[in-house]
Amino acid sequence: MRHKYDEKKIRRVIGEKVQFVQGDASAVYGALLAGCSFFAGYPITPASETAELMSKLLPKAGGVYIQMEDEIASMGAIIGASWAGAKTMTTTSGPGFSLMQENIGYACMTETPCVVIDVQRSGPSTGQPTEGSQGDMMQARWGTHGDHEIIALSPNSVQETLDLTIEAFNLSEKYRTPVILLTDGEIGHLREKCVMPEKGEFEIIDRKGPTVGRDKYVPFQADESLVPSMARFGDGYHVYVTGLTHVEKGYPSTSSAEDHDRLVRRLVDKIEKNRKSITMVEKDYQKGSKIAILAYGASARPSAAAVRKLRRKRKKVDFLRLITIWPFPNEEVRELADRVDRIYVPEMNLGQLVHPIREAAEGRAKIIQVPRIGGPLHTPKEIMDAMRKKA
Amino acid sequence: MNVRFCGFGGQGIVMAGYITGSAAVRDGKKATQTQSYGSESRGGACKSDVAISEEEIYELESEEVDLLVAMSQQAYERYIKTLRKGGILAFDEDLVTPKKTAHKLYKIKATDLAHKKFGREIVANMIMLGYITSISGFVSKDSMIQTILDNVPKGTEKMNEDAFELGHRLGSKVK
Repeated sequence: MRHKYDEKKIRRVIGEKVQFVQGDASAVYGALLAGCSFFAGYPITPASETAELMSKLLPKAGGVYIQMEDEIASMGAIIGASWAGAKTMTTTSGPGFSLMQENIGYACMTETPCVVIDVQRSGPSTGQPTEGSQGDMMQARWGTHGDHEIIALSPNSVQETLDLTIEAFNLSEKYRTPVILLTDGEIGHLREKCVMPEKGEFEIIDRKGPTVGRDKYVPFQADESLVPSMARFGDGYHVYVTGLTHVEKGYPSTSSAEDHDRLVRRLVDKIEKNRKSITMVEKDYQKGSKIAILAYGASARPSAAAVRKLRRKRKKVDFLRLITIWPFPNEEVRELADRVDRIYVPEMNLGQLVHPIREAAEGRAKIIQVPRIGGPLHTPKEIMDAMRKKA
Repeated sequence: MNVRFCGFGGQGIVMAGYITGSAAVRDGKKATQTQSYGSESRGGACKSDVAISEEEIYELESEEVDLLVAMSQQAYERYIKTLRKGGILAFDEDLVTPKKTAHKLYKIKATDLAHKKFGREIVANMIMLGYITSISGFVSKDSMIQTILDNVPKGTEKMNEDAFELGHRLGSKVK
């Protein structure tokens, strides 16, 4: 697929520079600005607005929109289109995200850049369609089987949904890996002011193409970056793509421990070794704090409100917000655990990221869950009440 | 300033919230709007919260609101406890029978007027928006009208604007 990034056209399609829109809409704007030219999806609450808006805007921006028969096919389509040279995306919610897991593993193994936006809702199963949740944090990490690394980001506002969608495309192109944007029904349906960034205010990264001739090209041979260059289907390069363990030429090698070890370690290392540059957090620390709130996504909003209320009462409290979820910001969490005695973790689930947080803290601080499920966000009071009870 | 619109699905509760938040941003303020509704598209309980501030907004769903707009008895009963002491309750008097509470009460026959004057009950939300814009003054009238005109279906602009103006006039009489 040859798609020319036409900024003027994209901005015309997006409309006004400042808009009062939902997170689901700003995700679409971010995708368009990042150069997304192919979308395949299946509508599901609370992600339907992304598909609806994409269906209206993407064809006008010169891209292709396909409504698929289900989420398995949606994931397959964006992988195929990515190999044809497009920047691709799908959007879904918990039940659909579950169906995508097999092909997300295929995208990891075949090093296919693509973006999946999961607007999380209350589960398990079809659960509560219109209620937000943070129930897929671990599914994003381990939903697909086998050893792998994944990149996942989580926005706490409409503006950040746009910004992180662009970032998701850039990371997926740079590291040739699926990137998950873990938003949720609260942020997806929240309306806020959103400002479209100007040219120069954001970066656009494109995957590396082959630098050698067709006779010398080895499709899965990586340089020191550990990320191989990616030839586009139809350009005449010989490319063999398989989910089976493969050698650098792409051909299956299904019983060699060495080949498997070499491949899978490289897939893990290309992300793991770049953990520092992938990690994004927001830190707001006060000298002498003994307690902290650690949050992410939608629940970071009432958490930030609780922090402000506590500080108005002259209580010292640290605040750490995770923006990158996977790879997990171990160092940043450990640093916080060194500063304080107790870390409170409000999550819209019965305990997911609290586990890697505990692991990263290595016992240096007590980690206390503040769980909430079934829809509405935590209230700041609920978080403050939990902090009053000395666990 | 926190506003909560509540009623049932199909009354334009979310639209009212959207218009209000969008108009506040047009006024140069910060605003957030959230919505909560069931899977059914019409008839279920529905609410939309709008927060307006000069500063960053962290509380998306306020524990206490300054203005409660109630368009059904069920919604009134569910949310009246979230209205702060001395806050404003604006309600459709044919649909809500309020109890005696420590709030400022403003009643209007929004749905009935929408039916009688415009032949369309759907503009009851616009009448209500005009009414609360007038009694509370938290968003400018100009921004509200401009936002309405930008967002209602083509061909219905005048009816919606007229409905807003009617509510606004009635509001300025009781202020």
